[in-house]
This record gives sequence, structure tokens and C-alpha cells, in this order.
Amino acid sequence: MIRVLFFARLRETLDCQELDLDFSGTVTELKADLAKRGEVWHQAFHAEEVLVAINQVMSKNDECVKAGDEVAFFPPVTGG
Amino acid sequence: MDTILVQTQAFNAGELTNRLASATTAHGALVTFTGLVRDQTSDPVESLFLEHYPGMTDSALNDIVAQAKTRWPLGPVTLVHRVGLLYPGESIVFVGVTSAHRAEAFQACEFLIDYLKVKAPFWKKETTPSGQRWVATRSSDNAAAERW
Repeated sequence: MIRVLFFARLRETLDCQELDLDFSGTVTELKADLAKRGEVWHQAFHAEEVLVAINQVMSKNDECVKAGDEVAFFPPVTGG
Repeated sequence: MDTILVQTQAFNAGELTNRLASATTAHGALVTFTGLVRDQTSDPVESLFLEHYPGMTDSALNDIVAQAKTRWPLGPVTLVHRVGLLYPGESIVFVGVTSAHRAEAFQACEFLIDYLKVKAPFWKKETTPSGQRWVATRSSDNAAAERW
């Protein structure tokens, strides 16, 4: 199992804070799987800029996700 | 030695500055930056909610301070960022840097806030008279971080 987290506007758009999934593959493949969950999900992962962190470290789409990982998706950050 | 905090409570920039100054006698320069919640008549903001990613935010701030220390010879550094509900005029973020001389302290302070703005997982949501909105990223913030 992996844990998938969503933050900020993305969490509100998807109306989902976290998911536990059976998944292994790249971030790109995970995004494609998530995009199949419905129109809102498809839009969110295709129309907007979505950043990803694996185990709380900023990551890239070609990186691999394995069992036990925490994967977070979120919009570009706006702190400071 | 360094103070790196993410907190809901308000902070006093003067106290943080004094504490940082008394943490070292070996450094002749102390530069600080304080970011505040803005409310402009042309673009009124009633309040601001700051969301973060607990765990990752702390490690991102520690990483940014560590990067600054590989670039400049710095003394103690203080970095405090608030989360939760804030109102106009309140302080959001404090960056305090000590160094032997001013040039390094000015540069490192600017680097820290520039990097924090594009690399640390915080998100601002504003409440305005016409409703709530997530703050969009500014391309000028990305450009500021890319200078370094």
C-alpha cells in the first residue's frame, strides 16, 4: 500500500485529503491512475500544475513509488 | 544554535532579533526580514489562512538553512514561519541571519526568503469581501529564487 495526500486547492477541488492505494510504478503512472477516478480528477491532473513529493521530498514524474511510500500532490507553493 | 520553527502563535520580531543577537559574540552583522499580511484598499484582504505539510515543511526549512550555510560563512540563523489564521498587519515569517560581515548576512537573508517562497510547502488562502481565493504563485518569485 502507498499513502497519497493532497493539499491546498488540489485537496478542495478533489474533495479528498488522503487515499491508501495498492500501487507501484512511476509518478506519471500514478497520476494517470488517479486521473481515471472521474472528470474532476482528470481535469485536476491535466489542466493544472501539480507538484509531487515522495516521502516528504520534492520529486519528479519519472521517479518510482513503492509500497510504504507517502506520496503528496499539491499546487505550487505560496508561503513567505 | 539555529532556531527553525513552524508555529500558529504570533511572534515578536524584536524579541527574535534580540535573542539572535545575544546568541553570538563572534559575528558583526545581523540582518533580518519580516513578512507581514497585507491589506490594500485596491485589493482588500480580511484574513489569511496558511496551510502547510507537517513534517515536510520542517525538513524543507532545515534544508534551505543548510544550503545557505554551504554558500556563506554564517553564524546562528533564525527562521520562523506561522501557519493557521492570520490578519492584516500580523507577521507571517521572520528570517534572521548573522555573519562576520554585512555582505554575507544581507545575501543569505535574501536567499533564505527567496528559496522559502518557492521550495517550502506552504499555501495561502485569502478571505476577501468577495469570498475566498487561493493565492496564485508569482513568476517574479520564481525569478528571484533562480538568481541564486
